[in-house]
Amino acid sequence: MAVFRSMIARKFSSATVQSLRVCVVGSGPAGFYTAEKMLKAHKGAEVDIIDRLPTPFGLVRSGVAPDHPETKIVTNQFSRVAHNERCSFFGNVSLGSSISLHELRQIYNVVVLAYGAESDRVLGIPGEDLKGVHSAREFVWWYNGHPDFSKLTLDLESTDTAVVLGQGNVALDVARILLRPPTELAITDIASHALAALRTSSIRKVYLVGRRGPVQAACTAKELREILAIKDLYINIKEADLLKTSADEEEMKNNRIRKRVFELLSKASSSGAPHPSSGQRELHFTFFRKPDKFLESDDRSGHVAGLQFEKTTLEGRDGSGNQIAVGTGQHEDLNCGLVLKSIGYKSTPVNGLPFNHSKGVVPNIRGRVLSSDLAQPEDGLYVCGWLKRGPTGIIATNLYDAEETVASISEDLEKGELTSTSSSTKAGREGLLQLLESRKVQVVTFSDWEKIDSEEKRLGSLKGKPREKLTTWKDLLEVTTK
Amino acid sequence: MFTCKSLQLGAQAIKGLSKASRILKSTSPALITPRKSYVQNLRLPGREPFSTTATGNAEAGNEEKQKITVTFVDKDGEEKQIKVPIGMSMLEAAHQNGIELEGACEGSLACSTCHVIVMDVEHYNKLEDPTDEENDMLDLAFGLTETSRLGCQVIARPELDGLRLALPAATRNFAVDGYKPKPH
Ligand SMILES: Cc1cc2nc3c(=O)[nH]c(=O)nc-3n(C[C@H](O)[C@H](O)[C@H](O)COP(=O)(O)OP(=O)(O)OC[C@H]3O[C@@H](n4cnc5c(N)ncnc54)[C@H](O)[C@@H]3O)c2cc1C
Ligand code: FES
Repeated sequence: MAVFRSMIARKFSSATVQSLRVCVVGSGPAGFYTAEKMLKAHKGAEVDIIDRLPTPFGLVRSGVAPDHPETKIVTNQFSRVAHNERCSFFGNVSLGSSISLHELRQIYNVVVLAYGAESDRVLGIPGEDLKGVHSAREFVWWYNGHPDFSKLTLDLESTDTAVVLGQGNVALDVARILLRPPTELAITDIASHALAALRTSSIRKVYLVGRRGPVQAACTAKELREILAIKDLYINIKEADLLKTSADEEEMKNNRIRKRVFELLSKASSSGAPHPSSGQRELHFTFFRKPDKFLESDDRSGHVAGLQFEKTTLEGRDGSGNQIAVGTGQHEDLNCGLVLKSIGYKSTPVNGLPFNHSKGVVPNIRGRVLSSDLAQPEDGLYVCGWLKRGPTGIIATNLYDAEETVASISEDLEKGELTSTSSSTKAGREGLLQLLESRKVQVVTFSDWEKIDSEEKRLGSLKGKPREKLTTWKDLLEVTTK
Repeated sequence: MFTCKSLQLGAQAIKGLSKASRILKSTSPALITPRKSYVQNLRLPGREPFSTTATGNAEAGNEEKQKITVTFVDKDGEEKQIKVPIGMSMLEAAHQNGIELEGACEGSLACSTCHVIVMDVEHYNKLEDPTDEENDMLDLAFGLTETSRLGCQVIARPELDGLRLALPAATRNFAVDGYKPKPH
């Protein structure tokens, strides 16, 4: 038995030392944590991370709010991973257009998909396409200088009211960016086009609207505490909304986050001023409202002028034990000129990838991608991060997620499943670069990114910002050729 | 949107952790917190390293007096004993000694990856109460227990000599419970 085991070990290690070529698609937290764990667990593994953007780090760069610099410190750790001699970053390489999934699987022993969630859930109610209705994702990409959304035309000057649908942390982020004094944002790495627009913004009131009550609010205490602490902000939370039912008590009992969030909301409701002073910015927490339809403006055709809501009440439980919001038949309108839908991100499939469209994730067992009929795992194909489990959790969630996926890869390696096939010697990095060159793809390496990085920091230092993001494809790619 | 799944207090209590019956101390959250500036160093304000009479006086030459012994117990139950200078955070100490404690935000109280479990209640009670900000991050820690703390916020002090810290078995927690996505 012992001999047998050592034989396996020898076979396994020689196979991995010589030829384990790994490609991670997506350089967000899931991608980088996967790369880190793979490099550590398999001394012979060579890990290439590709990303469709010329810049690494996914939502740490394009999602995390500009006024959360501490959260972005994790990029130091990711940069150390990228500097590992067995690791390479290739930006400006898009799965699905620069290279197909089929090709990647030909070139690598292991492909880990960690390309996140770059689409949105939709409400599917009338008027969703009106001008002035955006997803929070678009708004966040815009203020964070994502090159796909730097040209977004956002009108912040024709209205004094914005409605944010949803009460999760992303909803709180976008509300905070709308409400914080621009002078405070000026010292962050917010995109300059966004700062300019926020400086002339006429928005004074933001409504954060949720289908359920304060006990069910999806945000965390940290984000809530922060928005409640904005200077000179009038906070409105209806006291009636804070009455708890026994079902609410039950929901809170074993949930530390909900308990602490509720406490903060109660405190804010009782300690605030009864009315806003003139010109003061206002934040309204609106609970128990479900959007029916977007209302079109009479004088600006094609533009949103408000929303119709149905009041809700909580009933029963869903599969996870959460109370469900049901309509009461009572309706109410709310006027506004801007709506940001923060009801959830959604992943999209690429060609040849099994996909669960209703959940918006790749079907998998502990990170092993399952074939379309869910019968068996796809050979050498894995998934991690938001693409694997949906758009929830914090950066650290991806760390544990990556541990799980890498554990599955290691198990499969030990069984000899990934290296015993005929094509155990894969072209890996050379194969990838050859193919990309033949297609005239301008690959951005990590040292190219470092040129972007130092240029952004230099531009930032001229303005008292930690960095001034380059926000167009042209600017980003140009710097790398200098 | 990115709330993590509900944490079961105590349910993940790892092997060897004495059953603490006390309820997690909750400090009432203050609404106004000072904003942190960018230039601020990585440690939290109000968390200056503890100074003892031993430092800077005649005894300063005695290295041992200024260090405490801390034992880290990893996910597999393996123990490692290290000496930690008074005033140093457990995160820093772990990193200096090759102990695998994550510290994604490098001690700026923005990540919860430095989560450690204090293995006996007596030592836990000797620690200063967690601030609201630490509790906010603990909310999101995987495998939270009643004696959980953030490693970057636990600073070595003489009375903590003999401290035993367990690294949470978060992987198991994550894998076994699965992950139920919420709409947002
Ligand atoms: C607005 C917002 C704010 C957040 N704030 C915080 C916070 O403060 N703290 C916190 O802990 N968490 C925060 N999160 C959550 C955190 O960002 C996520 O948990 C994490 O980024 C998910 O990691 P991921 O790697 O799965 O996806 P992502 O970070 O989205 O990374 C996916 C990567 O894949 C790339 N990609 C996409 N398509 C392709 C393709 N076809 N080919 C190649 N590459 C591709 C993308 O460019 C991107 O770089 C926030 C999330 C959002 C949306
Ligand atoms: S290192 Fe991030 S909270 Fe301690």
